[in-house]
Amino acid sequence: MPPGSGPGIARRAVAAVIAGLLGVVLAWAVLDLPSGVGPLAGPVRAGAADAGASNPVTAVLLAFRAYDTWLEVVVVLAAVIGVLAVARTRELTARTPPPADPLLTWMTGIVAPLTVLVGGFLLWLGTSAPGGAFQAGAVLGAGALLVWLSGRRSVTALRAPAMATLLALGAAAFLALGAVPLIAGAAMLDIPEDIATELIIAVEAAVTVSVAVSLAVLVIATRAGDGDGGDDA
Amino acid sequence: MSGYEPYMLAGVILIPLALYALVAHPNPLRRVIALNVMGSGVFMVLIGAAARGEGPADPVPHALVLTGIVVAVATSGLAIAIARMLHRMSDDDDDGGGAGEP
Amino acid sequence: MTEAVLDITLALVIVAIGWRCLTESDLFSASVAFIAFGLALALAWARLGAPDVALAEAALGAGITGVLLVDAARELGRTAPDPAEGDDTVRVDRPSADGDAAG
Repeated sequence: MPPGSGPGIARRAVAAVIAGLLGVVLAWAVLDLPSGVGPLAGPVRAGAADAGASNPVTAVLLAFRAYDTWLEVVVVLAAVIGVLAVARTRELTARTPPPADPLLTWMTGIVAPLTVLVGGFLLWLGTSAPGGAFQAGAVLGAGALLVWLSGRRSVTALRAPAMATLLALGAAAFLALGAVPLIAGAAMLDIPEDIATELIIAVEAAVTVSVAVSLAVLVIATRAGDGDGGDDA
Repeated sequence: MSGYEPYMLAGVILIPLALYALVAHPNPLRRVIALNVMGSGVFMVLIGAAARGEGPADPVPHALVLTGIVVAVATSGLAIAIARMLHRMSDDDDDGGGAGEP
Repeated sequence: MTEAVLDITLALVIVAIGWRCLTESDLFSASVAFIAFGLALALAWARLGAPDVALAEAALGAGITGVLLVDAARELGRTAPDPAEGDDTVRVDRPSADGDAAG
């Protein structure tokens, strides 16, 4: 960047100094770290299978720290609500898909069903091997986006009530997971161990659907709507 | 140098670089990129720290970073949507001399 | 020994691509560099024993964020404004005819 231009040389110098100090402190902290994993790793790995998922990361996400994952799902929902609010619409049915490219259409015919297969497999696998709801949701969302990019309507065919339901499904599943034990007298999100795995998969399935639709809406709704004056194709 | 240290140091280098870029560039898209790179630097430090020790890695920071990645995507999506809408609005009243963004 | 070389090289590559992301003034190139950054990062997660994070990073970080950025770079105009103008608004650049038919 040419010196003396942009947001002011003084502000940039201050930012550079602060960033440099931050870097030095971080480097010192990192080089000074004791070796050996953190104290939570052992107990988490030991208790993961009993909590419902033998994959320890899924156990942390959906069993030990389910509350944080619930909030994460709500954050995604809030972001989608924000994007729809910025676009001033409750549904995307007015959006026309981009013109179809024959090569992309052919490829999508092969790849999109595969994304359903891979996404479903990642969801199922997440409790015992690397995988899980968010990865599966991302793959499914990418499949939905591919379908839309190849000229068909996919997510934009959903009317407002259906789209809202799918978007909120993940947060609603967590709400049920938290409220039912609370009503039954136990602590919130305290699920019985014998059905823990099934409940985790059920909640993960809801989250997968929500995340897939959310990601597709995020990408499609930011584009200029028809007649909005943007220069998107 | 052990297996995790190069990545932690790479993260430590990226965090201040991206922080400076976040301040220095007025363009909203470059700021979104800088924010994401800064977040990725933080993730590198976290996951590098989780890989210390001989056995399998600590799963708790992995869950934290997974949550962080999803939140970063959602936040970036919203920031980009707002930036694009501001751009369209500023294009609409360019002949009226409207301001681009604060 | 070879593992250390691999790790150091990958870490350097990540810093280099990150530097490129941050300093590139063409928004489209910066967005593409960010996609590459996400993929290199997914490799790093795999090296650090974090396969769940690697899957998520490749799909979400490189994939979805990359799509969002590239799409936005097309609309916001391909070049960031010249800071010497002191102007925060971005001029819309009509995308060139080649290679944009799929949008």
